[in-house]
Amino acid sequence: MSKTVQKSRLSRSRTRSAWLFLAPMLLTLAIVAAWPLGRTIWFSFTDASLDLMGEARFVGFRNYLEYVAWGDGEGQYYGLLADARWWRSVWNTILFAVVSVSFETVFGLIIALVLNQQFRGRGLVRAAVLIPWAIPTIVSAKMWAWMLHDQFGIINDMLQTIGLIAEPIAWTASPDTAMVAVLMVDIWKTTPFMALLILAGLQMVPGDIYEAAKLDGVPPWRVFRKITLPLIMPAVLVAVVFRALDALRVFDIVYVLTPNTDATRTMSVFARENLFDYDKFAYGSAASTLLFLVIALITITFIMATRMDLEGKRS
Amino acid sequence: MATVELKNVSKSYGTVEVLRDINLELEQGEFVVFVGPSGCGKSTLLRMIAGLEDITGGELRIDGQPMNDVLPAKRGIAMVFQSYALYPHMTVFENMAFGLEQARLNKAEIRERVEKAAKMLQIEAFLDRKPKQLSGGQRQRVAIGRAITCDPRVFLFDEPLSNLDAALRVDTRLEIASLGKRLPDTTMVYVTHDQVEAMTLADRIVVLNGGIVEQVGTPMELYERPASQFVAGFIGSPRMNFLNGTVAAAHGAETYGIRPEHISLSPDAGDWRGRVILTERLGSDTFVHVEVDGVGPVNVRIEGRSEVHANDEVHLTPDPASVHLFDAKGRPIPG
Ligand SMILES: Nc1ncnc2c1ncn2[C@@H]1O[C@H](COP(=O)(O)OP(=O)(O)O)[C@@H](O)[C@H]1O
Ligand SMILES: [Mg+2]
Repeated sequence: MSKTVQKSRLSRSRTRSAWLFLAPMLLTLAIVAAWPLGRTIWFSFTDASLDLMGEARFVGFRNYLEYVAWGDGEGQYYGLLADARWWRSVWNTILFAVVSVSFETVFGLIIALVLNQQFRGRGLVRAAVLIPWAIPTIVSAKMWAWMLHDQFGIINDMLQTIGLIAEPIAWTASPDTAMVAVLMVDIWKTTPFMALLILAGLQMVPGDIYEAAKLDGVPPWRVFRKITLPLIMPAVLVAVVFRALDALRVFDIVYVLTPNTDATRTMSVFARENLFDYDKFAYGSAASTLLFLVIALITITFIMATRMDLEGKRS
Repeated sequence: MATVELKNVSKSYGTVEVLRDINLELEQGEFVVFVGPSGCGKSTLLRMIAGLEDITGGELRIDGQPMNDVLPAKRGIAMVFQSYALYPHMTVFENMAFGLEQARLNKAEIRERVEKAAKMLQIEAFLDRKPKQLSGGQRQRVAIGRAITCDPRVFLFDEPLSNLDAALRVDTRLEIASLGKRLPDTTMVYVTHDQVEAMTLADRIVVLNGGIVEQVGTPMELYERPASQFVAGFIGSPRMNFLNGTVAAAHGAETYGIRPEHISLSPDAGDWRGRVILTERLGSDTFVHVEVDGVGPVNVRIEGRSEVHANDEVHLTPDPASVHLFDAKGRPIPG
């Protein structure tokens, strides 16, 4: 009897210290994440504007969707969910995320496979590969904006010199190429990060099973398909989720490289425009809230669809 | 006919030579053990036979065919790794079948071969499990099973018992010995640093030291007629006593070697007189460490129990027929 009392006292004190250790982080999270998120969600149900935030009144779902009857039996839907610009930016964001993450995964995988080989100067190459990732996004976006400039940019100059194009292309200004330009820069910038995460996964694969595969006479492509790929899949999936989260809330590259274009406006850019440029703070808050929901939904779906091992139970 | 022949085989990593002029002929069906201290090049030699390391000098033949440039999978060998090297994401069945699929056998035959090997090693119950759901001993048996399914001419083992606990090691050793008997046409090459494994398993032992072959022979040949002081010290447990100074000089040698089991101990009379430092009682044997006057420390093995204790005065008598004499270079002096 006394034994169980002792044990439960011990476990109670353990629980208490666990909470004690967690408290600073929970508090920080509450301040920097939960509170702003809660405020944003609250504002999305009000008529707040930038200068009148204190006097915001609750207006229900008006920012999201509202049917305004014109009195003659006709009417129109207003609100975010009826806003073609919003849906265009949702589409842009998803397109951007899918294409950029796909390319980054494939290129990252290839680079990781190369960097995982033994060769002279490997350390140097590994460091060099990281450079695009190490440059702040604003800086690299500006740099690329100059390189892609229609009149003075080096890209047009090079393409014209080798005769691939006759006329200079307005990469970032033309709606046809704006998205391509943004994607290109993002892939250039983020592939190293992907490569590094996948490389870490590759290095967890024990070397002896490759020798076993040699004795089994497995050709290289099959070794990759049947051994390497399944074993690094968990690492690849985690990397993809990380990147997808990043890509779905992309802002800086788009904002610097192609400001104010329907062709590349993403959800984050849309939200910012409304929050600060158009003085539609409540509307922007609603966009931010939906952005949060969309990202959460996509991430959860992806994690469930790939049955990702987040708790490390299977590895 | 020799299945595996090595002619002047050597191995260098850059300028570092780790194996030099290895000449060996292994007979078909023979169980050969490479033994030697850690770092002597045993694994490297085995891996050269497997084709996992390039041969930088000399020639390797299997069944008379030159093998230096043949891919591992085409050599007719199978290997059991120290770390098992099982594919972690595949079931036991898939692990065992993977090599056979490469060999383009049909499904039914693969299943038959895997099941036969699994039965032989008593791992049928685990065929659907992943390696991490198995104990160390079971994994080891899967690794052996995977090797068996390939039906190799030569079976290579690299320290297969070193990751197992002591009790399991003895059981698995017996299983490997009986495997050798059940595959009478398959040549077994087994690498270990443990001379007990070597003595118990081998038809012939190859003692390696510092990249060269010290001696090749049956366990009893090595025990009774070691070709060098190194082999004399390496084979046999507990280790042979090596005495220098007057005892050796009296026999015209640099070193006088006598095994602990070839010395008799008596409380009152003998050739040497000394004092007991320490006794180790194993039940079946007692090891008595004696500091002999004018000779030095000598270890004596007595069968069963012994009533001697630390600080007792004892008398020792070496069996003159079992003395090994060595010159300054460690070469044996015929007695
Ligand atoms: N890849 C390598 N590069 C350089 N030296 C090596 C390499 N592999 C093994 N060696 C050296 O070769 C020697 C023999 O190694 P090994 O065959 O593994 O010894 P062991 O007898 O313990 O199995 C060791 O001295 C080791 O340092
Ligand atoms: Mg070794």
